[in-house]
Amino acid sequence: MHAFSYHSPKTVRQAASLLGKSDDAKLLAGGQTLLPTMKQRLASPTHLVDLGKVEGLASIEQKGRNIVIGAMTCHADVATSAVVLQAIPALAALAGGIGDAQVRNRGTIGGSLANNDPAADYPSAALALNATIVTNKRKIPADQYFAGMFATSLEEGEIITKVSFPIPSKAAYEKFPNPASRYALVGVFVAKKGADVRAAVTGAGSDGVFRSAEVEAALKARFNPKALDGVKVSAKGLNGDIHASADYRAHLIPVIAKRAVTKAVAKA
Amino acid sequence: MVEERFMPNVSMTVNGVAVSANVDSRTLLAQFVRDNLHLTGTHIGCDTSQCGACVVHVDGRAVKSCTTLAVSCEGASVTTIEGIGTPDHLHPMQAAFRENHGLQCGFCTPGMIMSAIDIVNRKGNSLDEHTIREELEGNICRCTGYHNIVKAVSAGAQAMSGK
Ligand SMILES: Cc1cc2nc3c(=O)[nH]c(=O)nc-3n(C[C@H](O)[C@H](O)[C@H](O)COP(=O)(O)OP(=O)(O)OC[C@H]3O[C@@H](n4cnc5c(N)ncnc54)[C@H](O)[C@@H]3O)c2cc1C
Ligand code: FES
Ligand code: FES
Repeated sequence: MHAFSYHSPKTVRQAASLLGKSDDAKLLAGGQTLLPTMKQRLASPTHLVDLGKVEGLASIEQKGRNIVIGAMTCHADVATSAVVLQAIPALAALAGGIGDAQVRNRGTIGGSLANNDPAADYPSAALALNATIVTNKRKIPADQYFAGMFATSLEEGEIITKVSFPIPSKAAYEKFPNPASRYALVGVFVAKKGADVRAAVTGAGSDGVFRSAEVEAALKARFNPKALDGVKVSAKGLNGDIHASADYRAHLIPVIAKRAVTKAVAKA
Repeated sequence: MVEERFMPNVSMTVNGVAVSANVDSRTLLAQFVRDNLHLTGTHIGCDTSQCGACVVHVDGRAVKSCTTLAVSCEGASVTTIEGIGTPDHLHPMQAAFRENHGLQCGFCTPGMIMSAIDIVNRKGNSLDEHTIREELEGNICRCTGYHNIVKAVSAGAQAMSGK
């Protein structure tokens, strides 16, 4: 790891101003992605701005028909939150399936969404639930937030403060984990809210998380596992790597989507 | 001062003892307890945050100390394997690992035990095999084949209820 100067601001405003002072400053949230990356010297920020002591960023509350989760809320807290379990159990289950217990105790929702790893779990929930990513500057609808592998529409120095998830009528997440890393080879989050159906796929797209038009069309006609029988997803734009070919991932998408829908309707 | 930010001061409680030091900001919690405090029971088994040999408790929660900066633990209460029992008075989970042959080389054991105690704290004293195996996802053992570790955790969990 290269040397850096360490900052521990108490407010989002202080954090933003520290970030603004250098081109090489980076935020530190749970560190579960950034610290391994820094150890491998794939990242070498000269300033590290730790959000750990910033007040008011770790919270979970229901506001009207939304669940609002602070950026520094760790995966374990989302997984066990009574509020989330009641309103969006699929989101709690997703958080409880990220990595391992120790990673869940430190890794945060803000860090995961800012990082936008193409195989991360949270991006699929944000996209399928039509979440709003709230930053210190603006509110970004999920449809405009994800901008390709490890890329988002966050600007330089922009800090995620919270994420607001509209409560769906039915939702579920299912992933086919890579047996070694446990990251999703294919993960599908399906959500129904009124007449609107959204299905977001993680792990498979070469541009990161995306909504599957084929799956959504089938489920809009009928939100039922059988609706996905015979649905084909094109391998175009999908990832092929040592873990799985693009064709295999394309095959897995409707299969995993079907399992997700089965869960979603069973819960209702 | 810029220098202060490269060598910040950090204060925390480790195994009930208040400690304070100026450390290179890069210092990982694992390095801090091993090199500064000479608590070498916390092991470092990988570079990728996957093996769990380094697990300690920070404010009562299991974390990978190789993936946590020491300076991020300002004001925290940290418990390492040295903090849970002594050779004469083993923690029930340590005793259970010994009784059930839950170790061979022992390298993964401190992390296994710290994770196991965390599982009991969260999930209670009667743990089924499936739960134990799922919850030990973040702890890798190259020797035992896990079977006796699972037995040890189950027995240790029950023994902890009688503590
Ligand atoms: C062994 C292991 C297994 C894992 N398995 C999974 C898995 O199965 N699924 C999965 O989804 N993830 C997995 N992860 C990743 C984990 O979920 C991380 O916690 C997460 O991706 C990043 O969150 P963090 O809080 O640790 O962020 P950090 O590592 O601290 O930061 C990540 C990036 O986000 C930026 N950032 C952080 N917070 C903010 C903010 N509020 N605003 C703007 N930018 C910000 C940082 O500057 C940095 O660039 C795994 C990690 C490990 C080590
Ligand atoms: S040394 Fe910490 S996870 Fe391997
Ligand atoms: S006993 Fe040797 S690594 Fe687990």
